[in-house]
Amino acid sequence: MAAATVLNGNAPSADWPGRYHHVDQILDKPGPRTDPSFLAGPGVKEFLRDQCKILVIGAGGLGCEILANLALSGFKDIHVIDMDTIDISNLNRQFLFRPKDVGKPKAIVAAEFIMSRVPGVTVTPYYGKIQDKDDDYYMQFNLVICGLDSVEARRWINATLVNLVDPENPESLKPLIDGGTEGFKGQARVILPTITSCYECSLDMLNKPTAFPICTIANTPRLPEHCIEWASVLEWPRVQGDKKLDTDNPEHIQWLYQVASARAKEFKIEGVTWSLTQGVVKNIIPAIASTNAIIAASCCNEAFKIATSSSAYLNNYFMLIGTDGVYSFTFEHQKRDDCPVCGGESLDITISREWTVDRLIEMLVERQDIQVKKPSLSSGGKQIYFQAPPQLEEATRPNLEKKVLELVEDGGDITVTATTLPFNLTLRVKYT
Amino acid sequence: MIKIWSMKKNEDAAAKKKPKTSAAQIRVQKDLTELDLPSTMKTHFPDPADLLNFTLTITPDEGMYKGGAFVFSFVINANYPHEPPKVKCIPTIYHPNVDLEGNVCLNILREDWKPVLNLNSVMVGLQYLFLEPNADDPLNKEAAEELRRNREQFIYNVKSAMRGGNIKGVQYDRVLV
Repeated sequence: MAAATVLNGNAPSADWPGRYHHVDQILDKPGPRTDPSFLAGPGVKEFLRDQCKILVIGAGGLGCEILANLALSGFKDIHVIDMDTIDISNLNRQFLFRPKDVGKPKAIVAAEFIMSRVPGVTVTPYYGKIQDKDDDYYMQFNLVICGLDSVEARRWINATLVNLVDPENPESLKPLIDGGTEGFKGQARVILPTITSCYECSLDMLNKPTAFPICTIANTPRLPEHCIEWASVLEWPRVQGDKKLDTDNPEHIQWLYQVASARAKEFKIEGVTWSLTQGVVKNIIPAIASTNAIIAASCCNEAFKIATSSSAYLNNYFMLIGTDGVYSFTFEHQKRDDCPVCGGESLDITISREWTVDRLIEMLVERQDIQVKKPSLSSGGKQIYFQAPPQLEEATRPNLEKKVLELVEDGGDITVTATTLPFNLTLRVKYT
Repeated sequence: MIKIWSMKKNEDAAAKKKPKTSAAQIRVQKDLTELDLPSTMKTHFPDPADLLNFTLTITPDEGMYKGGAFVFSFVINANYPHEPPKVKCIPTIYHPNVDLEGNVCLNILREDWKPVLNLNSVMVGLQYLFLEPNADDPLNKEAAEELRRNREQFIYNVKSAMRGGNIKGVQYDRVLV
């Protein structure tokens, strides 16, 4: 106890004899599945404990588990991002938080808790959105682990890390370990940006959020969920006009709850409650602490193996289904050629500063290795030339006469789409 | 740390650096520039630089809605195509599958949306509603009831509503071309 008190100030050399006795069994000698580049002994330990910088995205159900696992397995420079504050309903499973912390930022409280419990570990919190940070920020890490609950945030970090890959710089390739849970189901996957399938490649595997046919909720409600959807999808815009429904606002939920309850009464449906209302409109699936623990363990296990090369890492998708017994399966999810993030072709082209857009298109159509018909071009979200619809073709037609240089800077990207391309083609333009 | 770089298959693969344009944006560019619409459907962009907000006008050339022009607003968010576009009918129209607020009962706009579908499929689906209004999925119950009970009267009501008529106390917008 006394020793722990002394060590609690993040002393950099807080390692006491035998601290990593068990982890060192793995790191001191190669095993049958170790990578040939494995540096048994001091080399790998020094990398893991003194050099490796890891980013954890999300400090919620998965994030708390991940932070604790990483700190206890010897990662010492951990960063964590989360934009949320602590809610009382988090406390049953997000074990780094206490009732006194309700309302405080998750990232900050989690970081403090880990640092006070695990000597020698530095956890740097950022309370905000992942989108606030730029490429330089993500560049500083060796590894990124995600424990997120949003598809949108996952797509963003995935695209960011894929974009970060610079062919000239091996350090720019950041392995992404993505964990996710939904009730008793979960998945952990290893994404090596541009090498393995990415998050976007598997977008079509997602369960779509439960949506009921709008005519059912309008006419023949049978379930309490139908009444709640009726309140949020049809009644809210009708009664509240342009006022945006904020699912985090308790007054808005209260309004929906009352409207849904009245509807349920009219159709003699039972089961509309405040928490069900909130659950349906926020699309909440009850979180199970043990699913989070399994998935977080799997993610951290992969992070440890990748950081140390001590064993073969996951290739590349682990799924867990705990609804009927405990079933798990591991498979290699295939990269998609038509993936809008990591698929598609990229081509460096060097053209004259005098070239017009029209001339560039002519070149694209003529080139045997590209073979595009009727290409549409944009750069950085701005249209250059669109083949359709007619209004946009007309609006962008004047650009055909302009010099490419006026629209795209040296080294800039042009996004080309055409029916003949699987998805798109990226041109990196240089001028002579 | 594992040496991932050596797994890069060849120089060609390493050259695959991707643009800053978001996946949703590229997908919308692809969907729009590959639209294959019949002459009965036209898109309009209030701001041609903004691809995510536009309208679609459907002018059926057959069926009971022939002679009308029906305008729908399309709003696409950053999560497209994981989420479907949000589509509303702007004028108040007399149609069993469109309510008075402009909500549309089309399965692929909600429960049956999949990322493999695109804007073209949604537009074709909308046009189909005017060729084959469906009394089994009602949003405007009065209209659906009429269609089921008395097809002649329903067609008469459609014509009257399209001229800006009043049916059972509801004022409809004039949508004649």
